Amino acid sequence: MTAVEDAPVPLSAAGNPIGFGRMHRKEDVRFLRGEGNYVDDVQLPGMLYGAILRSPFAHARINSVDTSAAEALPGVKAVITGAVLETLGLAWMPTLSYDTQAVLATDKVRFQGQEVAFVVAESKYIARDALELIDVDYEPLPAVADAKKALDADAPVIRDDKEGKTDNHIYDWEAGNKEATEAAFAAAEVVVTEDILYPRVHPAPMETCGSVAHMDPVTGKLKLWTTTQAPHAHRTVYALVAGLPEQNIQVISPDIGGGFGNKVPIYPGYVCSIVGSIVTGKPVKWMEDRSENLMSTGFARDYHMKVSIASTREGRIQAVKVDVLADHGAFNGVAQPTKYPAGFFHIFTGSYDYPAAYCNVKAVYTNKAPGGVAYACSFRITEAVYAIERIVDCLAAELNMDSAELRLKNLLRPEQFPYTTPTGWEYDSGDYEKTMRVAMGIAGYDELRKEQAEKRARGEYMGIGISFFTEGVGAGPRKHMDILGLGMADGCDLRVHPTGKAQVRLSVQSQGQGHETTFAQIVAHELGIPPEDIEVIHGDTDNTPFGLGTYGSRSTPVSGAAAALVARKVRDKARLIAAAALECAPDDLEWELGRWFVKGDPERGRTIQEIAMDAHSALELPEGVEGHLDAQVVYNPPNLTYPYGCYICVVDVDPGTGQVKVRRFIAVDDCGPRINPMIVEGQVHGGIADGIGMALMELIAFDEDGNNLGGSFMDYLLPTAMECPDYELGETVTPSPHHPIGAKGVGESATVGSPAAIVNAVIDAISPFGVRHADMPLTPANVWRAIQGRNVRTDMAVE
Amino acid sequence: MQVNVTVNGVEHSADVEPRTLLVHFIRDDLQLRGTHWGCDTSNCGACTVWVDEEPVKSCTMLAVQADAKTISTVEGLAKGGVLDPVQQGFMECHGLQCGYCTPGMMMTARALLDRNPHPGEEEIREGISGNICRCTGYKNIVSAVQWAAENPADATSEVTA
Amino acid sequence: MALQTPAPVDYAKATSVVDALAKLAEHGEEARVIAGGHSLLPMMKLRLARPDALVDINDIPELAGIRVEGAEIVVGAMTRHRDILESGILSEHYPIFREAEKVIADPIVRNRGTIGGSLCQADPASDLSAVGSALKGTAVVVGLGGSRTVALREFHQGPYETVVGPGEILTELRYPIRPGAGSAYEKVERRAGDWGVATSGVFVVVTGGVVADCGIGLAAVGADHYCSPEGEAALIGKEPTEENLAAAAAATAASCSPNSDQRGPADYKAHLAHELTLRALRRAARASQGA
Repeated sequence: MTAVEDAPVPLSAAGNPIGFGRMHRKEDVRFLRGEGNYVDDVQLPGMLYGAILRSPFAHARINSVDTSAAEALPGVKAVITGAVLETLGLAWMPTLSYDTQAVLATDKVRFQGQEVAFVVAESKYIARDALELIDVDYEPLPAVADAKKALDADAPVIRDDKEGKTDNHIYDWEAGNKEATEAAFAAAEVVVTEDILYPRVHPAPMETCGSVAHMDPVTGKLKLWTTTQAPHAHRTVYALVAGLPEQNIQVISPDIGGGFGNKVPIYPGYVCSIVGSIVTGKPVKWMEDRSENLMSTGFARDYHMKVSIASTREGRIQAVKVDVLADHGAFNGVAQPTKYPAGFFHIFTGSYDYPAAYCNVKAVYTNKAPGGVAYACSFRITEAVYAIERIVDCLAAELNMDSAELRLKNLLRPEQFPYTTPTGWEYDSGDYEKTMRVAMGIAGYDELRKEQAEKRARGEYMGIGISFFTEGVGAGPRKHMDILGLGMADGCDLRVHPTGKAQVRLSVQSQGQGHETTFAQIVAHELGIPPEDIEVIHGDTDNTPFGLGTYGSRSTPVSGAAAALVARKVRDKARLIAAAALECAPDDLEWELGRWFVKGDPERGRTIQEIAMDAHSALELPEGVEGHLDAQVVYNPPNLTYPYGCYICVVDVDPGTGQVKVRRFIAVDDCGPRINPMIVEGQVHGGIADGIGMALMELIAFDEDGNNLGGSFMDYLLPTAMECPDYELGETVTPSPHHPIGAKGVGESATVGSPAAIVNAVIDAISPFGVRHADMPLTPANVWRAIQGRNVRTDMAVE
Repeated sequence: MQVNVTVNGVEHSADVEPRTLLVHFIRDDLQLRGTHWGCDTSNCGACTVWVDEEPVKSCTMLAVQADAKTISTVEGLAKGGVLDPVQQGFMECHGLQCGYCTPGMMMTARALLDRNPHPGEEEIREGISGNICRCTGYKNIVSAVQWAAENPADATSEVTA
Repeated sequence: MALQTPAPVDYAKATSVVDALAKLAEHGEEARVIAGGHSLLPMMKLRLARPDALVDINDIPELAGIRVEGAEIVVGAMTRHRDILESGILSEHYPIFREAEKVIADPIVRNRGTIGGSLCQADPASDLSAVGSALKGTAVVVGLGGSRTVALREFHQGPYETVVGPGEILTELRYPIRPGAGSAYEKVERRAGDWGVATSGVFVVVTGGVVADCGIGLAAVGADHYCSPEGEAALIGKEPTEENLAAAAAATAASCSPNSDQRGPADYKAHLAHELTLRALRRAARASQGA
């Protein structure tokens, strides 16, 4: 681990830090000019357009599909059904959880919005017209939309495609120490239990999902532009599933308009666009619209949690227990490391010091779209953090103790690290109290509590909510983690050209995180080449090394480490070449940023640019030293990294209407050294807005028949600038002990940590009405009902 | 049907079906792909362009309705190789991440500043409330607009980074 | 679902009201007028609306504008939400318009959407319909046979249904000027720009310490014709005390029949009808009394 120097970072001729620091993003200009290249911008000669016919029913048998009228419409080039795909062995495809998912339905439809047929036409308007001409004879079946009813004896069996399947059960999984936990609860002075729902929400990036598939009939090469956060993983899966030779598949992830986990899975539309291209011999573009995105692509969360906490009367936590009912939709399509069907949920023990914990997770099928792991969840850490931070506040209320005081009493202390949690996580480093005190300082916590008391006396209701989170990101060590058998190591290639400029090729793929800037800064930090002289190449599987992609905040912990290490490899090689040029021994040389020089004779040295030219020149190189100045690395992370933070939210609630206004949001994050603080802050801002959305308004609800009630932006509400306050950020810096630059990753931290802070604040505001807990989203109606003392189920249709 | 429009100062003539949405006309017929789309219900604002100098959601207008009108898109913001202060402000203040909402956001912001050169924070937030962003949380977008208000001319870069 | 694009449709741009009526007649019963398009085009994109032809009335100058004519304010049907929001005439006489417009949709939609479009769409949550009913205004509807005036409290026949017939066009809204009136609009929404969960808009004229006249309009709560004559009757002739305002608000809520939906359950909306009417009456009464 290298500690970041305190010395000021020198600036390049263009004014950029040669290393870590604030700088304008290199990628901005094309976006500002409207010259980004998103999938829907891709135009190819002869390109056709695909559109998907989707089921209006949540559960129905398909008796017949008549496509004749659609095929006859002028401009229609092909209509593909499940029956057609069946002949190609493509009607079903594997998911990232070792389940299968229908590409186009054959026997039944299993969720409202499921893909039934695919039209390819000369224009998207004609494709849409053709959809209306397809006649599907559906026989509606009873549906189960409520996860709590999925295991009832009379529940309809959804996955009767699986031989011998007679119920909707997927798996049971547990973690922790059940006996010790039960003993701790039995002996506890205080026990608090709450049913806590993390409802179904959706990442809803501004760009929907889509692809342009071009199977070249002459070369047999498949070029696929697609909205993917993991281009190499997709390529390998297409090769395995479709039997296409992997060297002839090129997956290109161009500019992506937001991912947030929505763009990790392989969707039926992508497969259909490939089949459409094979069948027509032309490129086929498929772009879903917003309702398709909300109704059929990977949703997030949907965890029904019963959370219990045991404590002494003085507020020392003894144990935490969580029972989870996990709603996976009609196919188990979540992306998470193989060993962990519930992702990293068992990090629910949180940031506190206590000896016993246990969770069990029961996963079920329902007649809803597949998904669950998405929307910056860090593999279910959003659910885990929400559970613990909510129950800790409930405990504080039960003990009539200030929620900050209760946390400070129980936070892990620096000397306890590395700390192994009761469910087997090894947190590597942290000074939690320090971070919390910084947050409380920025917030003016004591003044806020005073203000709250004064307001309450006047019948005004403000609330203060805290969330302290620890998450584990940077998946992950090969021996512990793989997805579909693929290890999660990332490659990184670096080439320094003769004129001293560089190209670094990443396996991760940006969807807005600024990789073209931050990765150049990492290489600049190691080699002293100005960031403006370093080109970052990503997103094209033909031009980049293998890796499992960008999600779970893994880019900095894994690929960032790879980039640092590959640059060090280049630096080490540069030393040997510099020694040859200076005619001295390599050990005689010392490094300063951008230059190897002779110890004791600093005038004698070679800059990295000069060494680059030397490496390509006629200079005689010593035995064993190859020419050029390139290196390659595959980085297998030894552990996850553990960013953490403390967030404080202040809200004002109008009890007459239930409306909530978020007045302030304070966020103090510890993600280790910050490569570009401007970009880190931007990630935190975005995550806080996510939290506001989920806490107050975002919801994909269903009625009992499985009708999706959140299928457009009229109903799936996203926060605007008016709902978001001006955030107040702070930082502490505790480097990761194993990461080459100590950086931990931060992309999902605020989405993970913020919902609890907001919900805790609202509940705190209305606690004088006797409210202990109320589920998200805390819409005005839900807040008002909570104040009335009503127990409200938020995820099913309002009655 | 014939449609004659002036887009970013250039006259165009095309034959389109009446049902063609203005956003599709701009992107597909005029090949100006800086204007994006993100929803079906006129909520997100990614498609915002100016019609006769006024911000309009181009997904909720037919191309034929724009006949004989002027249209301004993001491609027309930079003038003579120089970024508009709004564009420069977005770069200075990190007001964009994935860039997808950005063209619409900037068209709204530029029009806001043209009418109200010194807006307060609340006015800016209200002004952009028809443009949804999923990446930035809006704080830096507000800063970007404030930067543009405080730096109305000069201090802008050449169009290439 | 899938690629929201409209079905094929014919289109004609009208140059005057007479021209628009002629074009409507020419294209038959399945022709529709298109104003700002922010109600009609989304329906067409979903293919829930499939008119044969659109007659575009956007560029007819005589249909837009706000003016005072005698004892009335006349608002052209094609007046954009933005112009209503910024109107000095309306702010002076009826701040309820500005308060309502601030919470209608978003600034970009307001550049294009029109008051006539809102009223004719007749969404149960239409804010301007509630305002118009509160103010007891009138609508001028023009057809080939001539024009007629309809009380706004009779303009709407049910959700998405008005008295405007296939060959007719709404051309004007007229609101009586009431010297000394105070007015206010209250709305609860789940998020900026959403349809209201419940809204209440009122005007009150207090003369000699007594409510001489008032109008109570509501949206999204199932109030017939977007108003509550029952609430008004409970207040007219009484002093604007907190007790009397509360009684009027209670009578108003009792006269509504809201539906449960994802915005909230029926009893919550009934509660809001009460609470928001009370808040609006308080402010309007204070304003009328010059406070």
